[in-house]
Amino acid sequence: MGRKIEIDPITRLEGHGKIEIFLDDTGTVEKAYLSLPELRGFEVFSLNKPAELMPQITSRICGVCPMAHHMAATLALDDLYSIQPTATADKLREMVYNMFMFEDHTLHFYILGGPDFIVGPKAPKAERNILGVIGKVGIETGKKVIEIRREVRELMTAIAGKVIHPVWGLPGGVAKGLTAEEQKKYIATAEKCVEFAKFTLQTFKDIVLGNKEYVDIITSEMYTHHTYYMGMVDEKNKTNFYRGKIRVIDPEGKEFLKFSGKDYQEHLAEHVEPWTYVKFLYLKNVGWNGFKDGKDNGVYAVAPLARLNVSEGFSTPEAQASYEEYFDILGGKPVHHTLATHWARVIEILYAAERFLQLAKDPGIISPDIRNMPVEKPDEGFGVVEAPRGTLFHHYKTDENGLLTQANLLVATQNNAARVAMSIEKAAKGLIKNGMADDGILNMVEMALRAYDPCHACGTHTLPGQMPISIKVRNNQGELLDEIKNFCYEKK
Amino acid sequence: MGKPKIGMYWCASCGGCEEAVVDLAEDLLMVTDKVDIVFWPVAMDFKLSDVEAMEDGEMLAVFINGAIELSEQEEIAKLLRRKAQLVIAFGSCAHMGGLPGLANMQSKEKIFDYYFHSGPIVDDTGVQPDPEITKNEHGFALPEFYSSVRALDQVINVDYYVPGCAPTPNIVLDAITTLLSGNLPPSGAIMASDRALCYECPLNETKPDEGMKIKELRRSHEVEHIDSEICLLTQGMVCLGPVTRGGCGSLCIKGNMPCTGCFGPMDGVKDFGATALSYIASIIDSENPEEIEKIIDKGIPDPIGTFYMYSLPKSMLFKKLQEKKEVVEIKTE
Repeated sequence: MGRKIEIDPITRLEGHGKIEIFLDDTGTVEKAYLSLPELRGFEVFSLNKPAELMPQITSRICGVCPMAHHMAATLALDDLYSIQPTATADKLREMVYNMFMFEDHTLHFYILGGPDFIVGPKAPKAERNILGVIGKVGIETGKKVIEIRREVRELMTAIAGKVIHPVWGLPGGVAKGLTAEEQKKYIATAEKCVEFAKFTLQTFKDIVLGNKEYVDIITSEMYTHHTYYMGMVDEKNKTNFYRGKIRVIDPEGKEFLKFSGKDYQEHLAEHVEPWTYVKFLYLKNVGWNGFKDGKDNGVYAVAPLARLNVSEGFSTPEAQASYEEYFDILGGKPVHHTLATHWARVIEILYAAERFLQLAKDPGIISPDIRNMPVEKPDEGFGVVEAPRGTLFHHYKTDENGLLTQANLLVATQNNAARVAMSIEKAAKGLIKNGMADDGILNMVEMALRAYDPCHACGTHTLPGQMPISIKVRNNQGELLDEIKNFCYEKK
Repeated sequence: MGKPKIGMYWCASCGGCEEAVVDLAEDLLMVTDKVDIVFWPVAMDFKLSDVEAMEDGEMLAVFINGAIELSEQEEIAKLLRRKAQLVIAFGSCAHMGGLPGLANMQSKEKIFDYYFHSGPIVDDTGVQPDPEITKNEHGFALPEFYSSVRALDQVINVDYYVPGCAPTPNIVLDAITTLLSGNLPPSGAIMASDRALCYECPLNETKPDEGMKIKELRRSHEVEHIDSEICLLTQGMVCLGPVTRGGCGSLCIKGNMPCTGCFGPMDGVKDFGATALSYIASIIDSENPEEIEKIIDKGIPDPIGTFYMYSLPKSMLFKKLQEKKEVVEIKTE
């Protein structure tokens, strides 16, 4: 008798995402689905819109990572008008982009994903949240998290107009620059960010790496997948979030591809399933062979784990040292352990902070020369950035008046969608034996999912670091046999 | 007596409205001292059945962001309406349908065709998301995709509105403080300034004394030097500040970019886009119809996107579209 286990992230059930796990007659997991029931049609309603509005339109795809869309769109505008940003504009953009990566990753580490390890995967559920994190690292740290996030976001608002849906990017530059007076504030904040990032890395090391049990979980087979990896690198193959080429390595760690964003159509394709509105990206020249590991299947991963795997290091000293330590301890490249993503993310926090400081101190950043004027006729443009959750592609075609005739957007979560579904299935397979699912499955499945920081409706974030999930075990008549949930609501 | 109970919920939204609440930072802790947040999916564990179990009107207020795109969202909005004394439409999508409301100009078939068949890198095998196939062959439910986006008050009765895409922290804090004060504004009030953005704009004084007259409208990428000291409209940029409700702190203008109208219209205005369009038309410095057309065509190549960026679902234009079931071009004369 086949059974169905339905995992409803109940908060998102109402239109955003759910997991379905199916058992065969022996109670073994047969198949897992991650279904995203939402489609907002941005690519289609962008048609006929003036291209220069795309940075503002596409940021509305995601209010959690609006700067990623804003920046990819701005880079696409440069390309569309065949114009380079001024050196100052380029530095400003990269600086603000790193500020964004810093605050977004920090949010994930302390509030979303981090509690699993900082508080502990087996800690009581009531403690596995930001309050538990504060309990573990101290109230002063909790205050620091709030303070540094506010400070960075205020500075982003000051320059980009708004932090939620910026109005800053223009083809060939930006709408606003920095004065010498303002620069001092950015430097002061950047210095705090570097200190905070170092503290965060040390916290991770003390609490997670110092605990053999946690390290065993991270490196366990249940959370391991051998797939391709993709991420952006500079000309020295070092990580860059803002500019570079896309590098892909195979499951053995060899370079498989390196391409410019504008050539994405040669290398990537989208697979469609009837049971979800998300399209699954895969490597075109490997092919789609289903939700499977291995070199013969085009499934790949993006985001921090993948970015470190494809990178030869970081251009900043502290992040570089951490990068070396990461691969030393985890046994070389590539690292296939999904949960190592958390560590990789913390290293990226450090890089983002160091890069923010480097650029804030750059004497060239306060020049008023922030715009190059487009003169060429617009035609087609590509823009690619590394969003916190992975590689993000924007591709526009316009008429000669700069009105959109085509928009194509490949968002970060699409890249990871296949591997996320596989991770859920594998965790479930590891835990569900003979049809028995106990309470432990919940957090294990959650952890497999949460490591990716999935941005489903572009905003699927739960602040306590715990996605409210209910698992329903049903027989094939649809009768409820058992229900497990990890949340409760107590009335006072 | 316990603390007042507050709920927050998201419908079809980008998450920016949730971030706007988190951006209260230290002030959020002050708020949670004064209220019990009993329902906030993004931040707290809950179950919908717990809301169902509440007495009608048990919550003092519920803040709902996002537009209504799915039947589930409509059902939950109706449930929350019953359980809360006050419903606040939070952010542009709940207030006016929001930017994703622009999808109302396109058909579901066109969106499906692009996404699943004709897009540049789609491996088109004829498959597309299908609730029937999902149910019959895969054994679970996939919600239907609806092609029309609605604002919250097109589904339930709304008491107050907090405008903005996203609402700015000052507006959010003021709204919460006002609700807790017990000194409630009249029903239907929009909880921001009741005057146009120009009144608070730092560049307002640079408007010409003799009145606004524009010979040329320019798109943002065409303005070589955006002068941060002079009214952007005077510089020929289409700034909707004169017809948009203030209260945001002029953030876009301080970023050297024009207002696009996310706070929506002032009291008494039924159709934001029509008002914005007539305002812009009124300041064009020409009596010659051909010249007027030229100025507008050049500066505003996409009138619907410009004037209805956040409010299409609430517009008279959309009502007309629904009646005619076809996409029409609006005339700008």
